[in-house]
Amino acid sequence: MASLISDNEQPSMTINPNSTAHVRKKKRFSSSSPSSSASISTESHPRWRSEKQHRIYSAKLIQALKQVRLSSSSSVTSSPTTHTRGKAVREAADRALAVSARGRTLWSRAILANRIKLKFRKHKRPRQTVIPAMTTVVTTGTSRNKKRRVSVVRLNKKSIPTVNRKVRVLGRLVPGCKKESVPVILEEATDYIQALEMQVRAMNSLVELLSGSASAPPPI
Amino acid sequence: MSGRRSRSRQSSGISEDQINDLIIKLQQLLPELRNSRRSDKVSASRVLQETCNYIRNLHREVDDLSERLSELLANTDTAQAALIRSLLTQ
Repeated sequence: MASLISDNEQPSMTINPNSTAHVRKKKRFSSSSPSSSASISTESHPRWRSEKQHRIYSAKLIQALKQVRLSSSSSVTSSPTTHTRGKAVREAADRALAVSARGRTLWSRAILANRIKLKFRKHKRPRQTVIPAMTTVVTTGTSRNKKRRVSVVRLNKKSIPTVNRKVRVLGRLVPGCKKESVPVILEEATDYIQALEMQVRAMNSLVELLSGSASAPPPI
Repeated sequence: MSGRRSRSRQSSGISEDQINDLIIKLQQLLPELRNSRRSDKVSASRVLQETCNYIRNLHREVDDLSERLSELLANTDTAQAALIRSLLTQ
């Protein structure tokens, strides 16, 4: 870590340990694959932006997709519509995403719990007994708040019911957060958005890869 | 000794400041609101609305990409199978 700081002599904006990872990511993204988005990474959740996470997710995604391909080819359906196949791919991608979250977030647990069908529905609360391949500590939305004095957003008394309503709507969009409290939903949403962005980037690069190889004639 | 004080602070639940902070964090993730992050205040309901829209967009993108991926996977299967077959029957 210290060597990295000395390498990048640029004046970094903030001086905490997260920023070195941030600077390192920026350098690597500028020189790497087409899947680099404009990632001005936030300090709060660097893990969804790191390349290592991207690699982990891509590997899991490819594995899951291979299984989907095998199952769909061996099934008897002679004309699987694009929708059912697309849905199977989407579910596999979501599952891979949830697994790479390592069980620390509500939405990932909810996605995986839905896959295990309704058998474990009553254990959906974070009891940690359900998820098979996960042995992590359950931390639901630990809000470590750095008290920032600059508040860009104003909540006045009038807008609290509106905010509540919209937070409920948001809670319905994020899987597994329909009945949670407001700060939990907000925290889950931040994590979920970053995970989704990574999913989109990974699938984009996969599509580019596959379509590039399919269009080019294979060398003999 | 100080346990009681800290426990009461955490169990008193949701303060406005906490919610404000979370909404600020959310705003920094949104692509539209992030760039125009001047000092004028973006209302919380706008942030939440944009968040909902953004998540729906991302879901739609993922759906589209999954459909394309599924087609590509099917095509590469058949393309490779045809190729292998043609190589074998030569």
